[in-house]
Amino acid sequence: MNSKLSILTKGLFKENPTLVLILGMCPSLGVTTSAINGIGMGLATTFVLVMSNVLISFLKNVIPNKVRIPSFIVIIATFVSIIDLLIQGYLPALAESLGLFIPLIVVNCIVLGRAEAFASKNNIFDSLLDGLGMGLGFTFALFLIGFCRELLGSGAILNTKFIEGDGILIFVLAPGAFIVMGFIIAIVNYIQQKK
Amino acid sequence: MEYVLMIIGCVLVNNIILAQFLGICPFLGVSGKVSTSLGMGAAVTFVMALATLVTSLIQVYILNPFGLQFLQTIVFILIIASLVQIVEIILKKISPALYQALGIFLPLITTNCAILGIAIAVTQKPGFSILDSTIYAIATAIGFLVAIVIFAGLREQLELVKVPKAMQGVPIALITAGILAMAFMGFANLV
Repeated sequence: MNSKLSILTKGLFKENPTLVLILGMCPSLGVTTSAINGIGMGLATTFVLVMSNVLISFLKNVIPNKVRIPSFIVIIATFVSIIDLLIQGYLPALAESLGLFIPLIVVNCIVLGRAEAFASKNNIFDSLLDGLGMGLGFTFALFLIGFCRELLGSGAILNTKFIEGDGILIFVLAPGAFIVMGFIIAIVNYIQQKK
Repeated sequence: MEYVLMIIGCVLVNNIILAQFLGICPFLGVSGKVSTSLGMGAAVTFVMALATLVTSLIQVYILNPFGLQFLQTIVFILIIASLVQIVEIILKKISPALYQALGIFLPLITTNCAILGIAIAVTQKPGFSILDSTIYAIATAIGFLVAIVIFAGLREQLELVKVPKAMQGVPIALITAGILAMAFMGFANLV
């Protein structure tokens, strides 16, 4: 039981895909202008990760080894199309703010990375836990970056304004994304080196 | 004139890396040296122009007439992946010298989100002809080339500087990129 729990939690902290493994940088920088956007993108990616991990783990003995990468990409692209159409249909405001980054989940290295490194070698239940853990770790990282940028950039937490005035606008714009991300990774490095 | 403005816009104002956040992985991964970053930039330019031309043709002549727009993501990623393979094989046969220079970057490009991103972005722009799309893709790719080469130059200098231990590697590179993005914001109202 303990090992099952560790599969789930390793994605959250020890092997956090964004902050420790430095994967999936484009959406982490592109959509995190607010904490809500970060959570939306994170959950969409989690859905794709869980579904593709489960299906790939289910089909791992059927897919020939030579064509496994193209097969993985087709499976991932299918689930990305599903979540893309669902978000466009039911959450048009979120689709508007995430824009291009929803179809780009296909080329997110985290998803293909987990398919290749975990789901193609492990059973269905473990793959589900792995996908869920990694997805939630990604969501947590995106939330953290979005939270910092929103707080510094517009003085708000989850769209509720706490500080009057404009805030430091640069943090909502493109340069702020790079700088906030750089400092968060530096803090994570510092904590790891302390241990 | 219209195209000149479009090119300036794509290279300086709406730079694909520094303003749109596409293609960050190669931007951080292959920017250690100016020479390798030039190779990567050239390979991206070549593939992006070709991929956008092919995907816009498919979009206009196959997906749109048959109402298959929902298949866009799957079709495009498969086209890009196979295109990269074909380019690699052809290049190996025709120009071994060019293959030597670009070869190692080509497999990396399949998962470069800038290629898929631009291929999808041009289909969402109203009234873009296939020629417009291709020029847009080339201009964007030149923006990528400019950004990655400047950034590689900065990182070469950064090698000589003492950086706190926790900041070494990715964090300081990201902060440098942030300052570079700030410099590019100076072009904001150019077009």
